[in-house]
Amino acid sequence: MQEKLKKIREEALARLEAAASSDAINEIRLAYLGKKGELTEVLKGMREVAPEDRPKVGGWVNDTRKAIEDKLAEVQAAVQEKALEARLEAETIDVTMPAKTAQIGHRHPNTIALEELERVFIGMGYEVVEGPEIEYDYYNFEALNIPANHPAKDEQDTFYVNKEIVLRTQTSPVQVRVMEKQKPPIRIIAPGRVFRSDEVDATHSPSFHQIEGLVVDKGITFADLKGTLAQFAREMFGQETKVKFRPHHFPFTEPSAEMDVSCFKCGGKGCRMCKGSGWIEILGCGMVHPKVLRMSGIDPEEYSGFAFGIGLERITLLKYEIDDMRLLYENDDRFLKQF
Amino acid sequence: MNTSYNWIKAYVPGLTATAQEYTDAMTLSGTKVEGFTSYDRNLKSIVVGRILELEPHPNANKLVVCRVDIGNGSPLQIVTGAPNAAKDQLVAVVTDGGKVAGDHSGNYPEDGFEIKAGALRGVESAGMMCSIEELGSDRNFYPEAPENGIYVFSEESGVKPGDDAIEALGLHDTVFEYEITSNRVDCYSVLGIAREAAATFRKPFVPPVVPETGNSEQASDYISVDVQDPALCPRYIARVVKNIKIGPSPEWMKRRLRASGIRPINNLVDITNYVMEEFGQPMHAFDYDQIAGHKIIVRRAADGDVFETLDGQPRKLDSNILMICDAEKEIALAGIMGGNNSKITDDVRTMVFECACFDGTNIRLSSKRLGLRTDSSGKFEKGLDPENAEAAVNRACALVEELGCGEVVGGKVDVYAKAPEKKEIAFRPDWINDFLGTDLSEETMLSYFPPLELEYDADRRVVKIPTFRQDLECEADLAEEVARFFGYDNVPTTLPTGEATAGKLSYKARVENVARDVLEYCGFSQGMNYSFESPKVWDKLRLPADSPLRQAVTILNPLGEDYSIMRTISLGGMLSSLATNYNRRNKNVRLYELANIYLPKAVPVTELPDERMQLTFGFYGEGDFFTLKAVAEEFFRKAGMKARAEYENDGRFPFFHPGRQDVIRYDGETVGYLGEVHPKTAEAFDLNTRAYIAVLDMPAILPFTNLDNKKYEGIARFPAVTRDLSMVMDKSLNVGTVEKMLWQRGGKILESVELFDVYEGEQVGAGKKSVAYKLVFRAKDRTLEEKDITGVMNKILNGLGQLGIELRA
Repeated sequence: MQEKLKKIREEALARLEAAASSDAINEIRLAYLGKKGELTEVLKGMREVAPEDRPKVGGWVNDTRKAIEDKLAEVQAAVQEKALEARLEAETIDVTMPAKTAQIGHRHPNTIALEELERVFIGMGYEVVEGPEIEYDYYNFEALNIPANHPAKDEQDTFYVNKEIVLRTQTSPVQVRVMEKQKPPIRIIAPGRVFRSDEVDATHSPSFHQIEGLVVDKGITFADLKGTLAQFAREMFGQETKVKFRPHHFPFTEPSAEMDVSCFKCGGKGCRMCKGSGWIEILGCGMVHPKVLRMSGIDPEEYSGFAFGIGLERITLLKYEIDDMRLLYENDDRFLKQF
Repeated sequence: MNTSYNWIKAYVPGLTATAQEYTDAMTLSGTKVEGFTSYDRNLKSIVVGRILELEPHPNANKLVVCRVDIGNGSPLQIVTGAPNAAKDQLVAVVTDGGKVAGDHSGNYPEDGFEIKAGALRGVESAGMMCSIEELGSDRNFYPEAPENGIYVFSEESGVKPGDDAIEALGLHDTVFEYEITSNRVDCYSVLGIAREAAATFRKPFVPPVVPETGNSEQASDYISVDVQDPALCPRYIARVVKNIKIGPSPEWMKRRLRASGIRPINNLVDITNYVMEEFGQPMHAFDYDQIAGHKIIVRRAADGDVFETLDGQPRKLDSNILMICDAEKEIALAGIMGGNNSKITDDVRTMVFECACFDGTNIRLSSKRLGLRTDSSGKFEKGLDPENAEAAVNRACALVEELGCGEVVGGKVDVYAKAPEKKEIAFRPDWINDFLGTDLSEETMLSYFPPLELEYDADRRVVKIPTFRQDLECEADLAEEVARFFGYDNVPTTLPTGEATAGKLSYKARVENVARDVLEYCGFSQGMNYSFESPKVWDKLRLPADSPLRQAVTILNPLGEDYSIMRTISLGGMLSSLATNYNRRNKNVRLYELANIYLPKAVPVTELPDERMQLTFGFYGEGDFFTLKAVAEEFFRKAGMKARAEYENDGRFPFFHPGRQDVIRYDGETVGYLGEVHPKTAEAFDLNTRAYIAVLDMPAILPFTNLDNKKYEGIARFPAVTRDLSMVMDKSLNVGTVEKMLWQRGGKILESVELFDVYEGEQVGAGKKSVAYKLVFRAKDRTLEEKDITGVMNKILNGLGQLGIELRA
């Protein structure tokens, strides 16, 4: 019996050693351990073994079974490993072949610039609001201290719908609408489309975007205006950005200023972008004119405020070094995909 | 506004700043200098010389060899090709190592031309004699210069060899170009700018001294003035000059005029222009002998009158145009242009100087209606100070005497309704500090005022404003004066304190951002179009004549028909953009736009229109109708809209394919539409390919969106049961109808409905189609039992029956 088991074991192990596939291994397993396998047959013959010998013979059988099973597992693992290696080998690709692109759309550069700007002001506690693009003459001019027949009305080349209604020439009317509705403290920016009757060329467009800003509260100062816009400039154009305020005139602010930032291309040394001056004009601003506050129902003795207006296209063109404003409204896919 | 630096320096004698220093300081104090040109920028080592001798050049018959005395005792040998060179001439000589600005042909390189001694065709030449072009100028400014040849000084000019030729020509000067803001009327004048310069550099301001002029006669014996419309003409001054001698103006005056961009004509014209630049006050000169009745009447024109201005053009008048008339006729458009019938000619013997103040708005509007804008009207329309007129006319008369161009008659006729009162503004230094965020002493603030001629009344604590500063009205204006001269850059920088506010986007803007994100994920890039377009777009879109979309907000003064109406539908812009791309051979272009349409509430427009934000997206190339539908639904899902949108083709959109269009409804509301562009519309936009466009009306969608109250609903834990349903139905029946029924009857346990097969063909018979669905059932709280499914399936089968649909085996 012992001889027989030994033979079975040796034969099985030898066959397993030679087995090259999972199928072959399975066949061997069935041949020895299956229902009609040789070892199973041996177990079936246990009835003929004397009862006192049975534990001993049982032990031999179990040893044999274990030896075969261990070998089976070992060979199986080896074969699987080999098969995996072969598969991986076969699956090798040329990694330098072209990427498969998913077509993802692109935001308009104006929107990207606007979102950056909004992020800065939202961070400073400003609410983003909107106003109508077609606006009453009252809000666009009169309430901003630009009375009828004021030359500034001509300067802005207004599109008229009728005597009372215009295409807004600036986002400033939103200031008035907000002040009429909301009690200070007010901190808003109002981005939007504005219109002026300029012929289309590389630097002009009859339709463009502005971002209006307004802060009204007790004790707001010209120094606050400077500090706020300096912080905006640093966050928008880089921490090293310097600002310069020049006196200017807007009917709805007093004092008024224009703000230049140090050229973000050359850092202020002078280049083509800043026309050699080292500075780039970015926005107009000022302390809200007391008349404007009063007309909007806010007492200028109690409150003060500042306002600013930024040309969005100007920022977009400068930021991306786009040399022709018309590109922004042509919607050529080859242009839009660059942002 | 351009001025000569020398002219400014004449009234601010202490001014020594370089051109760049002047530019920077003036800009920072509020008189913005846009740029400057120094005439002598590229002129170096140029002296006056006298040609002592001329000899022919041995090797070139067009050249001559000159000996030129340049005042240092050792005459130079200079070879020249100038055809006008002659013995004894006084000329401008650039010596070895010097520089000239240009060449004969009018080339003016950035750094000029350097001149070196050398040989010309074998003969040594130690320098060059200069033409006016080489000196950086031209015959417009120096009409005495020859057309071809070197500049020659006249003996009367008094120059001698060795003198600085640049100085002699008046070219040591810089012209500044300013951007004057519209509120600073006073700065549209040399004196106004000089006053600002004096205040900026803290130097004394020394305006010209104007002596009394006039003989013993009285102007009022010559002329009378009747102002019939004092509102439009607050002041009219007339002075008379007789025995006029027309001639050229002196060089200093010509130079200053040239620097201001004005061509010198003759002494009389030049004086009026000079005073206009210096005082900012336009004047007009009439030929006294042409004034009928020697009477000036200022009145409005009659409607329909025609008047010939001195440029020979007939001008049609109306009753809002103010005219200067004599006893019989109109002789000038007040403040705009004189008439041909009274203009000064070379034969003039006696003339009347008009120095008036007209209503700025009236002049501006008249000049606009007439289409005639002149230097004069440009100044008047800003609204001039009537006080300035008297000083200006006296200055003009003083110049007449100084230049010897006539005899000034004594006295003046001055019709002056009422002198403006000096405004007073309360001076509260604390308020100014609080407003600016500064900590300036009262003395410091007050120190800024005198140079600006602002008088402080310490007893009443008010500042008296001179009449020429019409822009100063309130304390904020005073604060600006303080800030300007303290320096904007010296004001501290602080951040607002006070109650904190929450920064945020509006909900609408957030939903729009979701739309942008979804569209971009789906491959659409953002475009931008104009809000105005041509009404022809409506024809291209095949809108019926009575379509409400043809009722638009119309612009009264558009840039042209193509920009004349505010769009009522967003398709035009999208189609144009797609066509632009297609015709530039860009492949597979997908665009979206988020912008308003403008729907008037009534036509003609009496109130603001309804501005509706439209999410428009379209494409050509890969994809079809259902690609768009998927994008719309992706947006709905992302925007938190859980219900199912419904689609119906009722054929209402003439710009879409009749069989490939639908209205999108959500919860019964129309929220948008989409379709394949009708071939005729596509062709009208020059887009010769299939294109698909969807429009979502954001205001309609907004109430259904939910960005803030999304809640986790759990992930299904119990097993699903699947049933396939295969059916045959009329081809004309929409699957949407079937699905609506499935969802209604499927109840809560119906989790999903998937259409997995649609087949039309012989096997199902003509006019029929076979459709197959996979239905998935699941309950949230338990494992479904067979009877649950059977119950629901029976309802569904009944529903199919009611729709006349048979199940397929």
